[in-house]
Amino acid sequence: MGQKQNKTMIVDATDQAAGNGLMNRRFFLNSALATGAAVVGGSAALAQETTVGEGQEDWTLYPGDDAPEYGELSQFEVGRVKKFVAPPTGGRTASSAGRTPLHLLHGTITPSGLHFEVTHHGIPDVDPDKHQMVVHGMVKQPLKWGVEQLENYPTVTRQHFLECSGNGRVCWAQPKPDQNFMYMTHGLVSGSEWTGVPLSTLLDEAGVSKDAKWVIAEGGDSGSLSRSIPIDKAMNDSMVAIYQNGERLRPSQGYPMRILNPGFEGNTSVKWVRSLYVTDKPVMSRFETSKYTDKLHDGKSLQFSLEMDVKSVITRPSNAVALEKKGMYEITGLAWSGKGKIAKVEVSADGGKTWAEAAVEGPVQSIMLTRFRIPWMYEGRPAVLQSRATDEFGRVQPTRKALLAARGKQAYYHYHAIHSWSVNARGKIRHVYA
Amino acid sequence: MRGGKSDMYMRKTLIAALLLAGSAVAMAQESRFGEPATQADIDKRFWSVFPDGTNLPDGQGTAVAGAEIFELQCHACHKNPPDEASEFEPEDPADVLFGGHGTIGTDGALATVGSYWPYSTTVFNYVRRAMPYTSPMSLTNSEYYSITAYLLYKNDIIEEDTVLNKETLPGIKMPNSDGFINAYPEVPEKYRTK
Ligand code: HEC
Repeated sequence: MGQKQNKTMIVDATDQAAGNGLMNRRFFLNSALATGAAVVGGSAALAQETTVGEGQEDWTLYPGDDAPEYGELSQFEVGRVKKFVAPPTGGRTASSAGRTPLHLLHGTITPSGLHFEVTHHGIPDVDPDKHQMVVHGMVKQPLKWGVEQLENYPTVTRQHFLECSGNGRVCWAQPKPDQNFMYMTHGLVSGSEWTGVPLSTLLDEAGVSKDAKWVIAEGGDSGSLSRSIPIDKAMNDSMVAIYQNGERLRPSQGYPMRILNPGFEGNTSVKWVRSLYVTDKPVMSRFETSKYTDKLHDGKSLQFSLEMDVKSVITRPSNAVALEKKGMYEITGLAWSGKGKIAKVEVSADGGKTWAEAAVEGPVQSIMLTRFRIPWMYEGRPAVLQSRATDEFGRVQPTRKALLAARGKQAYYHYHAIHSWSVNARGKIRHVYA
Repeated sequence: MRGGKSDMYMRKTLIAALLLAGSAVAMAQESRFGEPATQADIDKRFWSVFPDGTNLPDGQGTAVAGAEIFELQCHACHKNPPDEASEFEPEDPADVLFGGHGTIGTDGALATVGSYWPYSTTVFNYVRRAMPYTSPMSLTNSEYYSITAYLLYKNDIIEEDTVLNKETLPGIKMPNSDGFINAYPEVPEKYRTK
């Protein structure tokens, strides 16, 4: 029989960090020590003897399955944690998207099978033995590699987020805040550990001309998706990734090889890459003209808005849950920046009137999801929860109002404003514009 | 010791050695694990055509031939131009390809080939590699020039009999060619939040 611990939390006025119940980020640390120190006494009365296993569950009493060749989810998790794959509303489109269930996950690494994807021409079933990537154009010698040849190079392994610049597009113009849990507002960002060959290694071998300014990447999907990558990026930190989270890429992530441009909008990280053309001008492909350009209020559009902004969102609590009782909760979420490291995350429980600094879980990595946490005392009073990230370059996540004032409502891409969850007196949570 | 005489000497010989080696192997430097790519390897994988006409293929077409191709190959998924009555229109159409002129910058922005696309070559570039959606690359280069001509003609950009080929296509100016602002490496100040 388990002993019940009686936890009492003593909230001291000095523990308050900001308005409406936000506590000092070290509060849980202190109170954990206090409850841990309390020794709970107990006594067991001897009764009539039975087998000692009485009352145990079957899985404790019978040996389980053998080791599987490939581990699977618990049967109780199948169907619970999954991507949101419904097509976007409003007209037919054959591009399909799978959105990461951020509100159900923890940590900063997204399981490979839950990594978001957007494909404009479906997921191809590429045979790695028939797939090769050529580097050509303004180079000394055109070269080609298959995945087995790439395997021989020294690799780099780095953790990076990838985000579709259409993440949160519904927040620009949609008059009513979207309530599809977090899928439609934030589900197009994920974090992974990527392993591959630095693109500069391969470009160096081909011998890039000093007049080169762009690399045009083309994929082997049925639309041969293509994007222009600035040469400074390609020579700096881009890689040809072959592994994700320790195993070969999933088909939806570009198997057997993809470009990974850390911090750039996801569409530039061309999957199933098979041609890299080195040149002095961008190709002006459909995906850098018709799509992935940001329409402004003055009739102009931003083009090559490649770098992702500084952004954050509270993943718990969110509109996928209701707060059933008053008490102490942990507010936690993710922050990221396409430029570098997250320097600070602040949280507000009063719609941005007062802010408290959240604890940021290290090691904080450049261009990677960073988890933050802060304790919050919910006393049954209405609240508006928000998070605001700042990166190491001093870029601060804007309010929705400020973002719309700068760009208008039709931009569609690169939405990165502060996200607001309203909590009412009954603990019900909704996405609101605040 | 920094900048000493022997240091200087070392550096000079090193540079000389590098120069020698450089000129000797400049062309012969080998890739560690890559293989030389042949023109056939490249042609199979390289579909990009550029605004200045780079890599446009031979062949040619006009909107007259394009109209027929549109009806057969595209209309199942894309709506007809507004001026063409037809018994059939797709119920659940893919991207609108015609019209929307003057709507960019308004709340009812309709971005189409005519109202939004800044380069004529992008139309050929994308349609050839990706359309018809379920059978991309299934037409000839001349047919792709023809369907490009039809899309431009029905967006009031060229005449019905304008011949498109690798010489003429790059010269066609699109209505929204001045509509884009470069945001790399930074979004211009004006559109940044304070
Ligand atoms: C089976 C349906 C289908 C057919 C047939 C089809 N398309 Fe498409 N088309 C699509 C879909 C779906 C998209 C959008 C793809 C995406 O989501 O990126 C599209 C996109 C386009 C675009 C880009 C539109 C934009 O604004 O970015 C053009 C141009 C285009 N198609 C032209 C054509 C032409 C020309 C034909 C005939 C040769 C054709 N399509 C046949 C389904 C189709």
